[in-house]
Amino acid sequence: MSILANLAHALAERSVRVVDLTHTLSPNFPAIVLQTELGQAAPFRTEEISRYDERGSGWYWNNFTCSEHTGTHFDAPVHWISGRYLPNNATDSIPVEDMMGPACVIDCSKESVLDADFLLTKDFLLRWESEHGQIPERSWVLMRTDWSKKVSDPVAYQNFDEEGQHTPGPSVDAMQFLVFERKVLGFGTETIGTDAGQAFHLRPPHPAHDLLHGAGRYGLQCLNNLDQLPPTGAFIFCAPLKIEQGSGSPLRVLGLVESR
Amino acid sequence: MTAPLQRPKRKNPVVKTRHPTLPPWTRSRVALGMTAAAAEGRFELQRCEQCATVQYPPREACCRCLSEELPWVEIDGLGDLISQTTLLHSHDLYFRERVPWRLGMVRLDAGPTVVVHLHGDVTAPPARVRVACKLDKAGMAVLVGFPQEDVPNMADDRQLREFTCDPKFRRVFVTDGKTATGQAVVRALAAAGAELIWVGHAEPWKRVPGLVDLQALPQVTLLPLDVTDPRSIKEVASQVGPKVDILVNTAEYHRAYGISTRAGTDIARMEMDVNYLGLLRLAQEFGPVMKARGADGQSSAVAWVNLLSIFALSNFPAHGTYSASKAAALSLAQCLRAEMKPAGVRVINVFPGPIDDEWNQLLPPPKLSPQAVANAIVAALRDGLEDVYPGDVAQEWRTRLKESAKGFERELAAGSGT
Repeated sequence: MSILANLAHALAERSVRVVDLTHTLSPNFPAIVLQTELGQAAPFRTEEISRYDERGSGWYWNNFTCSEHTGTHFDAPVHWISGRYLPNNATDSIPVEDMMGPACVIDCSKESVLDADFLLTKDFLLRWESEHGQIPERSWVLMRTDWSKKVSDPVAYQNFDEEGQHTPGPSVDAMQFLVFERKVLGFGTETIGTDAGQAFHLRPPHPAHDLLHGAGRYGLQCLNNLDQLPPTGAFIFCAPLKIEQGSGSPLRVLGLVESR
Repeated sequence: MTAPLQRPKRKNPVVKTRHPTLPPWTRSRVALGMTAAAAEGRFELQRCEQCATVQYPPREACCRCLSEELPWVEIDGLGDLISQTTLLHSHDLYFRERVPWRLGMVRLDAGPTVVVHLHGDVTAPPARVRVACKLDKAGMAVLVGFPQEDVPNMADDRQLREFTCDPKFRRVFVTDGKTATGQAVVRALAAAGAELIWVGHAEPWKRVPGLVDLQALPQVTLLPLDVTDPRSIKEVASQVGPKVDILVNTAEYHRAYGISTRAGTDIARMEMDVNYLGLLRLAQEFGPVMKARGADGQSSAVAWVNLLSIFALSNFPAHGTYSASKAAALSLAQCLRAEMKPAGVRVINVFPGPIDDEWNQLLPPPKLSPQAVANAIVAALRDGLEDVYPGDVAQEWRTRLKESAKGFERELAAGSGT
């Protein structure tokens, strides 16, 4: 049997499961917050066009609006200034082969419970590799924090105080290691942003955005159900909408997991 | 003496809610001049430019010399009550449900003799009275005779309450409690005796000072509400809509940009989304149920208050897109007023000058304190006004626009408006 026929068979007999790594797009989903005087990303909003009523008797449909960076979403290289001059850097020009790949899931959930500002370091990644093997080139590295479980409480999910947001993310050396040494395809988180809540104060600031996109790599954020993926062996699909010159897009992220 | 108003009983759920009815509301075009003044709390009559006769009712020509030069002048309303009667029967649907109803005839010191709705504390004639011009349930000017000196519980008079929207014992919904003005409005309403106050707040993850403190007020319940989210409005309306007697829309989005000082339309879109579409969404969800409760006993739906801006009346270029959104909201508020009229629910538009908040930081004083805006709103409800211009800047704008709207536009363009 061919590879795809094998896959179809495995899906049918559930020896390969599909895990939905996406949150529901809803008006209640907390939107990213920038400094008040800066431009803000629009939250998700939906308005009925008709619902089997006088506006259209036989059908139900909505108009929705949101920013490219709302809900579970994809960041293209052009999103960041470091990636602005790269070729094929937007949602309509990224190679489709980059929209899927093997996933390495780094479990930082315990650390994130203890410290909302937890930074994933290169040392942490090396310890993970000593247990699970080297992170392969062109893989997606997903930082599991279980932060997604807070989503029903938007205040806890955003976790703001007077000094800004407190959510876990990667350190500068971790991003340098992943991008330049391990040559990963992308990096994903469960929080709003591939960077930590306080990443503006890192040196350089926002290492995930700056380094990933500067090297033509991608980000995924507001991921869900990372606790249902094994540390290695999962395969994810993450195709953004084909928006002309898009800097990112909400998307459905799916993970394929083999039953053991 | 008027008996103090008692806290209303809860609604009897098996009794049918009465349909709102209106008092007779036809007026001549010229008589609407009285309504225009009453909407702002003034009693004005025509005084002949030629012979100085003050006349009532308003006419096209002077009743003494036939001159057509009849400017409106403010009347102090003092006069003598010369007769009184109590209506016990009426074929008019509105008064039929409200008899007994006290009426009187007053000879005004200004000249004419007028028929007035008579406050219960006015003693039998002969008596000195003070006549004020109020808006009735139909939004039309009517004259009300008050005792010359204030007496206790005066506002609680049963007839007078047909013309006012006093928050006492009423249930109020304030749409945004996260702004300083919203919070001041909540506190002023609580101090004015509101029975229950629901307070909306959007984006709970953005903490602001003062919101949590509001919960210490026993009347206050915080409700998550984002006026840009139709579903959120629907949810709140389904919870509290049938109980809201007074809605105060304090939700606003304000940035200080003109056309060329900010690239793109994202800010303008947000201003329209909150200031204009927010009002539209609220009106679509809360309007119908408030209209249905226009005659729901002592705690009927009585008023809808819009926090607009004096910038709604002429564009203030430094805050140009905000001005445009408030002008749009003003236009929609007029539509709302027309649609609420059959239910007798008053739509009150508040046009403050610049409020002393972060978005007006660079505007020079005088700036209105949030408390001053809140007090103006409560006063407007108590007096049953329709248009309110709180603060020196708003008053100045109002005067200048009346003198020469075009001239004032030129001054605003030159940056000397405030």
